[in-house]
Amino acid sequence: MERKIRVLIAKPGLDGHDRGAKVVARALRDAGMEVIYTGLHQTAEQIVKSAMQEDVDVIGLSLLSGAHMTLFMDVALLVKEKKMSDVLIVGGGIIPEEDTVKLKKAGITEVFGPGTPVEDIVKFIEKNVKR
Amino acid sequence: MNDLSSKVLQGDARSIARLITLTENDMLNAAEEMKKIHKHTGKAHIIGVTGVMGSGKSSLIFELAYRYRKQGKTVGVIAVDPTSPFSGGALLGDRIRMMELSSDDGVFIRSMGTRGMLGGITSSVYDVAEILDAAGKEIILIETVGVGQDQVDIVKIADTTLVVLVPGLGDSIQTIKAGLMEIADIFVVNKADRPGVEQVVAEIEAMLDLSNKSERRIPILQTSAKEKKGITELIDEIEQHIKFLKKSKKFEIRRRKRYEAELTEIIRKRLMGYIFDEAKLRKRVDSLIDQISKKELDPYSAADEILGRILK
Repeated sequence: MERKIRVLIAKPGLDGHDRGAKVVARALRDAGMEVIYTGLHQTAEQIVKSAMQEDVDVIGLSLLSGAHMTLFMDVALLVKEKKMSDVLIVGGGIIPEEDTVKLKKAGITEVFGPGTPVEDIVKFIEKNVKR
Repeated sequence: MNDLSSKVLQGDARSIARLITLTENDMLNAAEEMKKIHKHTGKAHIIGVTGVMGSGKSSLIFELAYRYRKQGKTVGVIAVDPTSPFSGGALLGDRIRMMELSSDDGVFIRSMGTRGMLGGITSSVYDVAEILDAAGKEIILIETVGVGQDQVDIVKIADTTLVVLVPGLGDSIQTIKAGLMEIADIFVVNKADRPGVEQVVAEIEAMLDLSNKSERRIPILQTSAKEKKGITELIDEIEQHIKFLKKSKKFEIRRRKRYEAELTEIIRKRLMGYIFDEAKLRKRVDSLIDQISKKELDPYSAADEILGRILK
């Protein structure tokens, strides 16, 4: 039997805008993945512990508040600390180009900006899951 | 891979998560690991929480888990949501109500898709409950999908089954009598902060009056997960129920039924796997289906042939 891809979609920090996260969650579901949605206002610790318990292949972070440099970095750091090296981390939101470069260096494999077709996200995940 | 089960027995969260994934995907390794943990199970109290969709099962489980943690007990939560029959994907959203527990090391929460099972749970729930039990979780709460009338498989695995209802279902209480209403060890009328509670309680009471065969009157509890009311009383009632079971032979009988269901499920999965996944038999099955379509053969004779091949 083919193993299903499991994805945790999380909204870190103080940002109540979750339309984007829900659209992506729905698209991944329709692509045959199991999507665990955490809801709003999560801490990095909650996100990473949930990802571990759910044994996900992917953590998808969505943030529109501008605090991505802190919050995305925190998640990436914790994932490293817990030695969850086979978890792919991707992010989405309003994120300037120069930040994307830094985030990628920190372990966020890809950052999706506004207007990204959901099919691209699905394809990216299918191609890049690490196990 | 050899030490996965021993790490599970030590309660290591990462290993618990990995073994659950193995069992869900039915890989060969899972069976070998599961064989090693069975003798370490049986200590946990397994509580099933079922009810119609939107009745507040997740919020109720959060409140229960929270109180059990205050009592110093470790908790495992298995939350099942439906898998799409079309894409095979699932959106598992039960965790949203429980995120406050995510930073507590004494709680392990796992979300699962039904993956084609229709009874309100999924077939690997038996395995996951064994894993959490072996890992030392004292209380295991299982949340079914939002159920209709006859998705009652939870009763095969739980020691105590809570049926969660809400005010405003009105006459539909009558319609769900046959399946769901028969499996409750405790009725919970949640969202009791809303109007119409008395009516629901009265209708359940009336139904219970009709069936007088039980030596234990099934209690009806009113809770409000939102206002955090009635939770302590519910926990007391759950405790009373397990004591009631253990006083008689009923506890042993229930556990035995669980193992029968689990064994049946393992055999069913293996058999279906053999017939439909194994390269050689799958081909024969396909050609039999072709013959059935062309009316050269009937489904019963085809089944005879397939079973004949296995049993020979």
